[in-house]
Amino acid sequence: MVQNQINKVFQSSIREPFLQGLKASIPIAIGYIPIAITFGLVAKSAGISDYITLLMSFLVFAGASQFVGVNLIALGTNPWEIVLTTFILNLRHSLMSASLSMRIDASLSKGWRYLLAFGITDETFSVASMQKAQLLSPWFIIALNMLAYSAWLFGTWAGIFLASGLPASLQASMGIALYAMFIGLLVPSLRNSRPILLVVLISMTISFSLSWLPFTQTISAGWKIIISTMIAALAAAIIYPQGLGGLRK
Amino acid sequence: MNKLILVVVAMALVTYIPRLIPLLLLGEHKLPPFLSTFLEFVPYAVLAALIFPGVLSSTGDMPSSAAGALACFILSWLRFNIMAVVLGGIGVALLASLLI
Repeated sequence: MVQNQINKVFQSSIREPFLQGLKASIPIAIGYIPIAITFGLVAKSAGISDYITLLMSFLVFAGASQFVGVNLIALGTNPWEIVLTTFILNLRHSLMSASLSMRIDASLSKGWRYLLAFGITDETFSVASMQKAQLLSPWFIIALNMLAYSAWLFGTWAGIFLASGLPASLQASMGIALYAMFIGLLVPSLRNSRPILLVVLISMTISFSLSWLPFTQTISAGWKIIISTMIAALAAAIIYPQGLGGLRK
Repeated sequence: MNKLILVVVAMALVTYIPRLIPLLLLGEHKLPPFLSTFLEFVPYAVLAALIFPGVLSSTGDMPSSAAGALACFILSWLRFNIMAVVLGGIGVALLASLLI
């Protein structure tokens, strides 16, 4: 009897969200593998030793900054500069972490929070945020993060040891995979919410301007995302102080 | 070599700490309404900034990237599921790069 009930609780509160998390993570995995393969190849061709490359994917788990890191290491840059650049590139994750904290149970233990924080990337955050449920199960998030992380590690390993078996044209075209996922996540919510449409238009305009204006081009990618996000979300919160009013999607 | 391990560990720390601090500190307190509204809008703003203009150089050349991005937009506007959007985007970008 008791065993039966425990089984039921397990089914509904752990197994289900965990499987949903894995399922939601498949597009991320598809997008991560070719990028991680490229990372492994780039690191190898830059003369970085295999275990340093693997260690980086294992410990840092942040795409853009790993490419930059490998590049700077290969150039023999001052270590402090490498660490500072990584910090600036990845600072945007603190905005995402703050936003995600609103979507998990307030009583969730510290241990869980340490664990979930490690897996916050642009992609896992986007997929988690666009879920319909207001409160996200930690099992959902951990499954989402774990599959993405595994794909990242697998891809890095494949890039180092197998070299690239994919035809170059297919590999290049797969570069669009994560953007395709972002578009697929964002567009449905644009259709029926004016506040979301506004925040998206402002953020896109700023991000586009920062990349094309001659005097802001040199700002790092991380800062461009932070600046665009802060201004757009601030403007939307001023214009629509009631927020999304419980409406998601 | 040992120095490189230290560099990677330092990179890991400065990446993990910004991911951790807000999740650790914000969870247990109620935020002022304005701040929580702001945070509610953050995901949409982040997605918009991630997509644009990065998507236009995602395949290495502008025409195939733009064709792929347009296909993704149309597929997701028509509410196709996310895997269809990803595979459709890759397919159209590949086709465009072979044709153009």
